[in-house]
Formats: sequence, structure tokens, C-alpha cells
Amino acid sequence: MLTALLILFPLLAGLLVFFVKGNAARNLALGSSIIEFGIALGAFMLFKHNPNAALLNFDHAWVQSLGIHFSVGIDGMALLMILLTTFLVPLIILSSFKNEYSNSNNFYGLILLMQMALVGVFTANDGFLFYVFWELALIPIYFICLLWGGENRGQITFKFFVYTLLGSLFMLVGLIYLYNHTNVDGLKSWNVQDLYAAGRSLTEVQQSAVFWMIFIAFAIKMPIFPFHTWQPDTYVTAPTQGTMLLSGIMLKMGTFGVIKWLLPVVPLGLEKWGGTAIALSVVGIVYASIIAISQKDFKRLIAYSSIAHVGLISAGILSANQQGVQGAIMQMLAHGVNVVGLFFIADILLRHTGTREMDKLGGIRGMNGNFAVLFLIILLGSVALPLTNGFVGEFLLINGVYQYSAVMAAIAGLTVILGAVYMLRAYQKIMLGERNDSNVAFGSLAGTDKLVLGIICVAVVAFGVYPKPLNDIAEVAVRDILMNLK
Amino acid sequence: MKGLLIISGLGILAMLAEIFKFKKLLFPMVLLGIVAAYAFNFMEWKTGMSIPYFDNMIGFDKLGLAFSGIILATAFFWFILANDYFEEDTNLVDHFALVLFALVGALMLTSFKNMTTLFLGVEIMSIPLYVLAASKKNDIKSNEAGFKYLIMGSFASGFLLFGIALIYGATGSFDLMQIRAFISENAATLPLFFYVGVVFMLIAMLFKVSAAPFHFWAPDVYQGSPTLITALMSTVVKTAAFAAFMRLFMVGFAEVSSTWTGILAGAVALSLVIANFSAAMQSNVKRMLAYSSISHAAFMLMVILANVRSNLSVNALIYYSLAYSLGSIAAFGVLYNVTKKGNENIDAFNGLAKRNPSLALCMAVAMLSLAGIPITSGFFAKYFVFTAMIGTQYKWLLIVAVLTSAVGVYYYLKVVIAMYFKKQETEEPIQIERSNILVIVLTTAATIAIGVVPGIVAEMFKF
Repeated sequence: MLTALLILFPLLAGLLVFFVKGNAARNLALGSSIIEFGIALGAFMLFKHNPNAALLNFDHAWVQSLGIHFSVGIDGMALLMILLTTFLVPLIILSSFKNEYSNSNNFYGLILLMQMALVGVFTANDGFLFYVFWELALIPIYFICLLWGGENRGQITFKFFVYTLLGSLFMLVGLIYLYNHTNVDGLKSWNVQDLYAAGRSLTEVQQSAVFWMIFIAFAIKMPIFPFHTWQPDTYVTAPTQGTMLLSGIMLKMGTFGVIKWLLPVVPLGLEKWGGTAIALSVVGIVYASIIAISQKDFKRLIAYSSIAHVGLISAGILSANQQGVQGAIMQMLAHGVNVVGLFFIADILLRHTGTREMDKLGGIRGMNGNFAVLFLIILLGSVALPLTNGFVGEFLLINGVYQYSAVMAAIAGLTVILGAVYMLRAYQKIMLGERNDSNVAFGSLAGTDKLVLGIICVAVVAFGVYPKPLNDIAEVAVRDILMNLK
Repeated sequence: MKGLLIISGLGILAMLAEIFKFKKLLFPMVLLGIVAAYAFNFMEWKTGMSIPYFDNMIGFDKLGLAFSGIILATAFFWFILANDYFEEDTNLVDHFALVLFALVGALMLTSFKNMTTLFLGVEIMSIPLYVLAASKKNDIKSNEAGFKYLIMGSFASGFLLFGIALIYGATGSFDLMQIRAFISENAATLPLFFYVGVVFMLIAMLFKVSAAPFHFWAPDVYQGSPTLITALMSTVVKTAAFAAFMRLFMVGFAEVSSTWTGILAGAVALSLVIANFSAAMQSNVKRMLAYSSISHAAFMLMVILANVRSNLSVNALIYYSLAYSLGSIAAFGVLYNVTKKGNENIDAFNGLAKRNPSLALCMAVAMLSLAGIPITSGFFAKYFVFTAMIGTQYKWLLIVAVLTSAVGVYYYLKVVIAMYFKKQETEEPIQIERSNILVIVLTTAATIAIGVVPGIVAEMFKF
């Protein structure tokens, strides 16, 4: 019931926001997203108390004759993803307070609809429902990028939409293929457990086909090399809040999908092709890191760093061991928070100086010390310094990949060094050194800006120092998933 | 049957309207008549019995009545939309009568039991359309459309008739069930010309549903005809043609499926590729929708190809027809209003989101539905087709379908981008008639409604 509420509430709030004018829209959106976070915390408490609470699950027949159910539920991994989503959305909304968007009610309405779809993706226990939410998440973000994006947005969002949709359609065919092999007392079923069973009953060749059909959708969404070409342009062109949604949460749909809808479904396919997929992920890490180093635009640099990070996450998941998958989940949480912070910093830079080009910036630390500190903390989280939130995940991830293959782990480990290189270089260029003409007066930050950055910094440090509550949930969740694998 | 009689009566009445001077009354009478026909149709469907008429020339079973229902509902919306098309023209009553007779033909096609009824249905439906396609008398393109449609349509009818004759020669019957029985009894000794007959009929039907490689008339005819007639052709006519196609091949020729499935699979693959890539290259929206309708025809043909007369495939085809008709009526309704000034290019849609936000929203939903994005009905339609296909040997067609669907998204989105992203010189709002708004909003709402609760439709048609 609670889970259904988590999906229904942003939907209703979002629809309401469409009809509200002016600043009331954004306040309403902010308020409802905070309430949503409250509901998510409630779910968290309930889960701590009793992970099998009936309140966390909801099942209602949707199309009875086809075995389609509106079946949603919260398990450990879903809970973490929901916490991430509901934690980030208020911040994302708050971060927009200094931007002037035309027709802002539509903007905020779409963000809330997006939240609805994201929560749906993370909680769906029915293959068909999962697909529907998966696609639904695409529509609001497409319009956010199309209507409020930057230069060339028409073409770029187009590529993004068609690319991701193509992947999704392959996944749909894969899922229908699985569905066609389910058999529950002579009937077909979309239930996730039945799909698992159906997948495992297939031969190796069939599993391999299904593996690629489904993996392509996730690989495009994350994105993984060589399916990443839509990503940098889209991230750069989208309005800041759109980029935050894309990188902070939507990217996790892909990694989440691999953990829940791929690993347990086709173990033989994974055994046969997992190595290839890991190799692609690892290539992506190095490739994206090297490109990131040569970027001039800070936002584009973050976009490439995101490809590098997600490559490592994907490699960890596909290595299919406790450390790898658990690290992936921890890193998904950390990356979500950090990348939102970084994109927000890029937005602040643009607002204050009119540029994001790092060569044109410099010496900002001297003008605004607070900003420099906040930026540094988020940056350290992103390069996974110990005692920041990025460290736990990255450590576990490399450990997990190492268990799979030492060579892969060695190459993947380059991300630690390369990441530090491009991030610290960026910091040096932007914050240190000589002042440039374009940023003569980098004034103090607005209240909402400080609040957003402050909250993110607290999260970075708090979960770096004390990751235990999240880590415990992740550990149990991963153990359950891996048990399924055997 | 009563529905068919009512519509025929309306057609005759329409011709008398000029003489007896009740032109003004005609429009409400037609709407009322269609509602009545729908009501009778629904009641017959409820009782669920298959009633044969005229020595089993025509018989109304649940399947036929379901298609009739879709056709009547679409026609109802169409008439409201076409309200002022009839007003501004001088030959008002002729046009009413022509559309109504085309409708009679369409209803016959859904329920034929005999090859002669099939042929009659095809002709009764097509001949008025030849005239209607050319009904913009001063427009050279409209004349071309009518002429081309006539020539190509006659050509197809020739094939149809020849096919029927050959099959009669082999089996000694026009009756669909008798032919079927004959085939299963004499499977081994059927003469070669029987198979030729089947292939001829297949070609004729592919012509009628405008599937590649027999599609080349469609873009010109669709583009040249008045927009509303195009809307009629791509909804009512298409649904009827598919109902006939399904009955003919899934009932009549099911036993000799190996003769025609191979050709059909090729036609489907060709249609998907040609239609989607051609549509992507169009800048004229009407022409683009013509190609899009070819691609949708290919999807519906896939269901027939799956060739299992199960609930699943019958449902799939009915649902697809309904979803496609609703989406098309909405899309053509918007197109009709946006292109009133004569510019049918995609830039006519530029800035529509500013000039009339609700119209733009409806068009966006219609486009997303035709592209097959959840939660619109177009998505479920695609889903049902995929599900029907995945158990067959034609899995490769699914891959073709997926790849070309992505191309499809490209051209549907082009319209959305034009509406929301491109700028128009004038920002003057577009005024449209209330009745048109009503139709567009209703069909759009229905598109979403049966997408959210597909069960309403899917569970209604259990056979």
C-alpha cells in the first residue's frame, strides 16, 4: 500500500502542479517532493522494523487475461533507490529556484511525473509494469530537455529519445520472449519470479539472445561504451535540472535493471557473455576518463566522468559477486548525490560568470571561500577519497572486479587515478590561480544555493564516515539476489 | 444486420434530401442513425449468436460485429469532424450519400460469408471513395488522386475477381465454409490453379490494405484527397479491409497457409522497411501519415501471419484497429484544422504549442500513440502484436519491426518537435470549431483510456 502511495502521490501532485501558476507551482512541487521523501523515510523505518511488512507490497490485477499485474513492492535494493530518488528530487527542485524558466508550472509538473515513473521502475515486480514505467520515465525528461534545453536541443534530444527507445524495444521483445516461456499452472505470468524461472529454463543459446536483447536497453541507458554517444551532448544541452535527473537518477535505472532484471534471469547467458560486457564497461572507463581530461567545458567533463563511473559500476555488477554488486549499489547512491552536486556547481559557475569554460575561469576561491570548500568536498566525494561517500562503493567495486579478473580490475582501477587527475585539474583551473576577466565579481551564493550544496556536502561526509545503515541493507539485498543466481 | 440496414437506409435518405428539401436535418439524422446502428450492433454482439442471412451470403458473428462496432464508432467521430466539410461544399447530399454507402460496403466486408459478398463489399466501399477522393474538383491533385485510386483499385478488383473465379473452379463453391471444408477434404488433390487463385486474392487484398509492394498508390491518393477523406480511408476503410483479410485468410484459407504465409511475410518486411524509411523522408505531413498507415498495415498483417485463430491474435487485430483508428482520427482532426490554409508541410505545425496548446497536446498524444509509447493504446497494440508473433517461426520479423519502429519514432517526433520547439512567424491563436475540439479531445482521451485499462477492450472480445 505504502509503495503504491509512493507512486501515486507524485503523480497527483505533478498533475496538480500543471494547473498552478507562478511561484506557487515551484513551492507546491518542492513541498510535495519533501512529503514524498517523508513517505520514503516512513517506508525505510518500516523496512528496518520488518522487511517483509505487507504494507510494503501492493498487487492488483491490471489485465487479468494476460497475466499483467500492477504489482509493486519494496525490497532492500528498491528501498535504497527510492531513498536516493526521493532525497534528490527536492534538492533538484530547490536548485532551480535561481533559474527563471518560462511556463515553470509545466517544468515542475514534469519533474514530479518523472519521479513517479522512477519510483515505479524501482519497485515494479511485474515485468510488464517495469517496462511501462521504464518508458514512461522517458517522456517527461524528453520534454524537459526539449522545452528548456540549450542550443541544438531539437536534434540532440531527438537522438537521445530514438536511441533509448530502440534499446527499450529490444528489451520488450526479450521480456515477451521470457513471458512466453513462463508456465504457472498452464497460464503465463509476468511476475518477476516466474520470469526468473522461465529464463533459467532456457538453453544457453536462447539465454544468450535474451541477455543481449535486455542488456542493450540497459547499456544504452547507463550508458556503456560504445552505446554512449547520445550522452555527452544530451547532458550538456539539457537544463541543469534535467541533467541532474538524467545523471543522478535515470542512469541508475540502467544499473538497477541489470541487477534485478538481467542477472537472475539468464545466468548461463551471463556466464557466456558477461566477460564481453565487462570488457566493454572497462574500455568505457578508460576511454571516457581520457576524454574527460581533455575537456574544456566543465559540464561536459562531468558528463564524461559519469560514463567512467557507470562503467565501473556496470563491471562490478556483471562480475556477479557479493562485493561487486554491493559496491555497485553503494556507488550508485554516492554517484547520484555527487553528480547532482557537481552539475549544480557547473550551473552556479555559469550563472555567476556566464561561462563554464575552465580556461576562462580561475581564482574564484579568493572571492568566495565558502563555495570553494563546498565544491572541494563534493569533488573529493567524486574521486572517492576515504571518509567520503564515494570510497566505500569504489573500493568494493574494484575488489569485486578483481575477483572476476585481475587484469580487468587493474584497468578498471585506472579510474581512481584518472578521475583524480581530471577532477583536481578542473578544480585547480576553476578555483585556484589567477582571476580571469569574466569572473571579476563572483558574489556570495544565494540562500537556496547554499542550502542545496550544504545538504549534499553533509550527505557526502556523513555516508563516508558512517555508511553502515545503507551498507547493511545493501549487503542483505545483494545476498538475496545472488542466492537467486545459484 | 439491423445496423447494415439502417446505414443503407440513411444513404438512400441522403439522396432524397435535396429533392424533399430537408438538407438541414440530414446531419443530425445521420448521427442519430449511426448511434442507432451502433446500438443494434451492440445488442446483436451481446447475444453472441451468429445469424446467417440470404442463404448464408452474409452472417453476423461476434468477430464481424466487433469490427462493425469499431467502424461505426469511428464513422460517428468522423462525421462530427467532417461537419463543415459538408457545409462548405455545394453537393452536400451527394457526399453524405457517398460516405454512407462506403460505410455500407465496409460493414459488409466485416461479415461476409461468401466470396460474392466479399466482392460486393469491396466494390460498394471503393466506388464511392474513388469519387470522394476527387471531390475537390478544382484541385488538380485531388483529381489525380481520384483517378489513380480508380485505376489501381480496379486493377486490384480484377485480381480479386480472377482469384475468386479460380477458386470457384477448383472447389465448386463461393461459400467460405464450404471452400474451407473442401480444402481440408481434398488437400492432396487441389489443382495448381487453386493456389494461383489464393495468391491472386492475397495480392488483391494487399492492394486494398496498401501493403508493400502494392502500396504505391497510397501516398499519392492520401496526399491528393481532401484531408477528411484521407482520414476516412485510413481508418474506416482500413479496418474493414483488415476484417475481410482476416476472415478470408484465417478462416477460409487457414488450411493452405503454407501457400500464402511466405509471401505475406515478405510483404510485411517490405512494408515495414519501405514505409518507415519513406515516411522519415517526407516533409508533407499528410504524405507522412500515408506512409505511416502502410507501416501500421504491416503490423496488423503480422497478426494474420501468426495465423493462430486464438483469442490472442483476434484480440490483437481488433485492439490494433481500434487504437490505430482512434489515434488517426485525432491526428487527422488536428491536421485538418492546422492545414486549413493549404500548407500541409510540417512547418505548418511550427509553434502550435503556443498558438493552441490543447490542440498541440492532443496531437502529441496521438503521435506518441502511433509511435507506440506507453501508456497510450498504440503501445498495447504493438505489445499484442509482439506477443502474438513471438511464438511463431517469424521471429526475425520482430527484429525488423523493432528496428523500423525506432525509425517510426523519428518521424512522429518530428511533428512533436515542430509543435513545441520550432517558432512560427505568427503567434495568432488557431480557432477551431467546438465540435472538432470535442472529437479530438474525446478520441485522445480514449486513446489514453484504453491504453491505461486495455482490459476493457481485450476482455470484451473473447471468442
